[in-house]
Amino acid sequence: MKRKVLSTLLAVTMVAGMVTGCGNKEAAGTTTATEAGTTTEKEADNTTAADNTVTEAAEEGKVLNVYCWNDEFQRRVKAHYPGYTEVDATHGTIGDVQVVWNITPNADNAYQNNLDEALLNQANASTDEKVDLFLIEADYALKYVDSDATMPIADLGITDADTANQYQYTKDIVTDSNGVLKGLSWQGCPGVMFYSREIAKEVFGTDEPAEVQKKVADWDTYKATADELKAAGYQINSSANDAYRVYSNNVTSKWVVDGKINIDENIMKWVEISKELVDAGEVGTHDIWSDDWSKGFYPEGKVFSYFGPAWLINFCMAADQEGSIGNQGGWAATEGPQGFFWGGTWICAAAGTDNAATIKDIMLKLTCDEAIMKDIVVQDDDFVNNKPAMDAMSTDASYASAVLGGQNPLGMYCAGVEELDLSNLSAYDQGCNEEFQRAMKNYFEGNATLDEAKDLFYKAVVEKYPELTY
Amino acid sequence: MSSNNYKTEKGMGIKGRRTVAYVVLVLVSFLCLFWFYVLFINATRSHGELTKGFTPLPSTHILENWKSMMQGNLPVWNGMLNSFVIAALSTVLSVYFSTMTAYAIHAYNFKLKKFMFTFILMIMMIPTQVTALGFLQVIGKLNLDNSFIPLIVPAIASPATFFYIKQYMESSLPLSLVEAARIDGSGEFKTFNTIVFPLMKPAIAVQLIFGFVTSWNNYFIPALVLHDDKKKTLPILIAQLRSADWLKFDMGQVYMMIAFSIFPVILVYLILSKHIVQGVALGSVKG
Amino acid sequence: MKSAKKGKVVSYNKWGYIFLIPFIVVYLVFQFVPMVTTIGNSFYENYRSGLTQIGPNYVGLKNYEAILSNPDLWIYAKNTLIMWVMGFVPQILVSLLLASWFSNPSLRLKGQGFFKTVIYLPNLIMASAFAMLFFTLFSDGGPVNSILVQSGLREEPFKFFSSVWGTRSLVAFMNFVMWFGNTTILLMAGMMGIDTSLFEAAEVDGATSKQIFFKITLPLLRPILVYVMITSLIGGLQMFDVPQILTNGSGEPMRSSMTLIMYLNKHLFSKNYGMAGALSVLLLIVTGILSMIVYKMSNGNKED
Repeated sequence: MKRKVLSTLLAVTMVAGMVTGCGNKEAAGTTTATEAGTTTEKEADNTTAADNTVTEAAEEGKVLNVYCWNDEFQRRVKAHYPGYTEVDATHGTIGDVQVVWNITPNADNAYQNNLDEALLNQANASTDEKVDLFLIEADYALKYVDSDATMPIADLGITDADTANQYQYTKDIVTDSNGVLKGLSWQGCPGVMFYSREIAKEVFGTDEPAEVQKKVADWDTYKATADELKAAGYQINSSANDAYRVYSNNVTSKWVVDGKINIDENIMKWVEISKELVDAGEVGTHDIWSDDWSKGFYPEGKVFSYFGPAWLINFCMAADQEGSIGNQGGWAATEGPQGFFWGGTWICAAAGTDNAATIKDIMLKLTCDEAIMKDIVVQDDDFVNNKPAMDAMSTDASYASAVLGGQNPLGMYCAGVEELDLSNLSAYDQGCNEEFQRAMKNYFEGNATLDEAKDLFYKAVVEKYPELTY
Repeated sequence: MSSNNYKTEKGMGIKGRRTVAYVVLVLVSFLCLFWFYVLFINATRSHGELTKGFTPLPSTHILENWKSMMQGNLPVWNGMLNSFVIAALSTVLSVYFSTMTAYAIHAYNFKLKKFMFTFILMIMMIPTQVTALGFLQVIGKLNLDNSFIPLIVPAIASPATFFYIKQYMESSLPLSLVEAARIDGSGEFKTFNTIVFPLMKPAIAVQLIFGFVTSWNNYFIPALVLHDDKKKTLPILIAQLRSADWLKFDMGQVYMMIAFSIFPVILVYLILSKHIVQGVALGSVKG
Repeated sequence: MKSAKKGKVVSYNKWGYIFLIPFIVVYLVFQFVPMVTTIGNSFYENYRSGLTQIGPNYVGLKNYEAILSNPDLWIYAKNTLIMWVMGFVPQILVSLLLASWFSNPSLRLKGQGFFKTVIYLPNLIMASAFAMLFFTLFSDGGPVNSILVQSGLREEPFKFFSSVWGTRSLVAFMNFVMWFGNTTILLMAGMMGIDTSLFEAAEVDGATSKQIFFKITLPLLRPILVYVMITSLIGGLQMFDVPQILTNGSGEPMRSSMTLIMYLNKHLFSKNYGMAGALSVLLLIVTGILSMIVYKMSNGNKED
């Protein structure tokens, strides 16, 4: 009996020892495996990229995996890409290629994390599971552009001549440090200020863009106008965060300088004016994209204006909902206190894709084909990435935006797009912008002092990007 | 007779106490039901109506909201099916093997018995979240990432279920029964399956419900394991609603989706409620 | 004869080990090995910068230093505890009250079945869906605020999610609503299990209902109360779904509703495995200590 127990005990301890041993070894094993994985992956990427240039028209994969964060691009493809048929909300076909939409929301880096996971696994994934096409935003474009996971546009067979009509800035953002173009966009994102005609008429006696512009010509008059609107029972913006992009995209330094988090002076100016506006009850503190923020898309929201680029009115401002201001053509556009840009979506090809020809065609049709792009403007009020077409249409009296009450805003966009300065983008912009607005909300609402809010911001950014310091 | 006693006490009479009890019960029921009432009302209203404030009466847009949810890009039916499959399988495994573990500790005498019992009690306190990191790495190694298996199989080792059933066993499984079966020549495994397991029915029923609900509601681990939209469970899809990118601010659709994930459960519950409430009570007498 | 019998007993008891195999194997693979790996990770610098993997590099106790050197961990532990207590205290009080009413035959409450069904209902609702529902209901322009304003109770909407105690109260309230029905039924069953002759004897001796409750019911309920408290504490330590979805993972305002597990989730989410590992180990130690205390307590009870 005793012997038996002893032997069992021994066996158990041995097993336990083996397991712990295994555990440790496993951890160590992971180490080398991942390291090896990354290097081999890089090699694999290079070779596949090279392969693609050579055998471009070779066998096309049966599945086109698209990674994106909302259905904006999907809607463009559905409406404007010839030959796309919808199967259901996340599936479609182009010819005999099946299109699978992998949609992950953008917020909190969820989209990036998911995409990273897929891209890092690219070498091991079966051909039908590989990422083929993915979308990126200006806020984190650099991260993917400077990575081997993204295929150069030239490797797809798209030439400089094809993209000659595109705005230079849209190409600058997605050009890597070696000068290689890695993505293409169909839209330009110069921002303007959209205001409610109804409220303008009531408070200022006119809804003419030129007249209203005088009311918001610079930040001092903007503040005075906010007081005036407040007296009449309106908020100048829905949230303090509305003006955020106007400041954050007119900065003179990057969010991260030499691995250190840096808050630009201009962004602190936003904090200053926002605190004043919030304390005076002239703007709210809602998160952008929240339901409360979007209340102002309806007359009941009592919001005078929103800042945004063309995609905002088209994609977001509820123009298709009955009773909304946009539905009645109740908005108008004016330059606002300062020019800025916001967002923008770029199409990238993932290294290792087996659908190069399809991707090439999608890129050419949506970002280079003038007829299709004009169509996008007319149908969706977007501002497209084609300089001659936009210049021509901006003076074309026959184009009028219904949401903007018959105004043709293209001239305003064209002027804005020329002045865009994107030299201060960094790969960390999404996380920094999100966390900064989130932290400052506490300051605006009186839950924290400015220093406490800043500390919270630093802390949150380091949690997202452990390599940074402050 | 006893009511006389109550009346003579310095407190309220029985009627007064009954009234207080009813008032409190109604209040508490209101606290439980009000939210679902608002949810139902709002699921029937269009976004435009919702922005205008709350009304106590339903509107007419329920079908519209349903349609836009069906056409939206959150695969809600898939989510529900996934949640159901995972919850059902993991619960069955958990209950069966927990009973087996409990039986091992209860019915046999072996040297490590006391140690094992203490050990299982100790690990009962360890939240699964704390080992989530290693868990993710292990399932990555086993190539089980983005699969249902790591959400189902680990249920075999559920200390809490084990503990509950063990407690029940102590009071309602006379070892003489097992002895009798042995004398009849029944094998141990067979005894467990044909005699012990059926005897545990009341406790098993309770744990089936608890286990199902726990797994059905589980969010933390599935959210880290499942990446594929088609594989995601309902709680993950619901959490994604917080990223409004999805819906372009159609709150009618948001309410409809919440309703979709809540009302079927309520319906099933109402049908089974008698058994469930009784079961919870029954099992716990022994616990 | 004798030796044969002895042999039989031993061969039966071997089945104890056999029946333990599934539990042990699964435990080892899905919980023990992960635990060891988690602990291993905590000594390495291991995260992702963009698409590049940094580490793992052995850094000793640096991750622990980083976590322990700032007060965050304690703040989040405090938040977790505050929200748990705020939900648990009313829960146990209301449950005791309701259970004593339900199990009191002289009250003869009608519609017990209905009330029991209703109060147990929220327990079955997905916490994530419930949290999402509360987020929409209590948002600045949501139905609750519009009811408050329309009924004239408030002039301005109350910004629940901009107020520290507003948010915490909502979290606690949701935990309360989700769990008090369950607790009520457990306690009620416990009360029903008490030998009625005890009550009768007490009544004959002229005890008041208050005395009966505090002198007889409550002490006899102690095992069940301990059980309820343990399970609730375990649940409380793991508090995640509700505050996570209610605040969209931010724990706002000023992270006053950020729980320990939400903090852990942040590191897991940004793939900072080193920090997540160290944090996990610290949580493991905390729960380990707690479980020791609880174990000692429940053992002490048995000896009473």
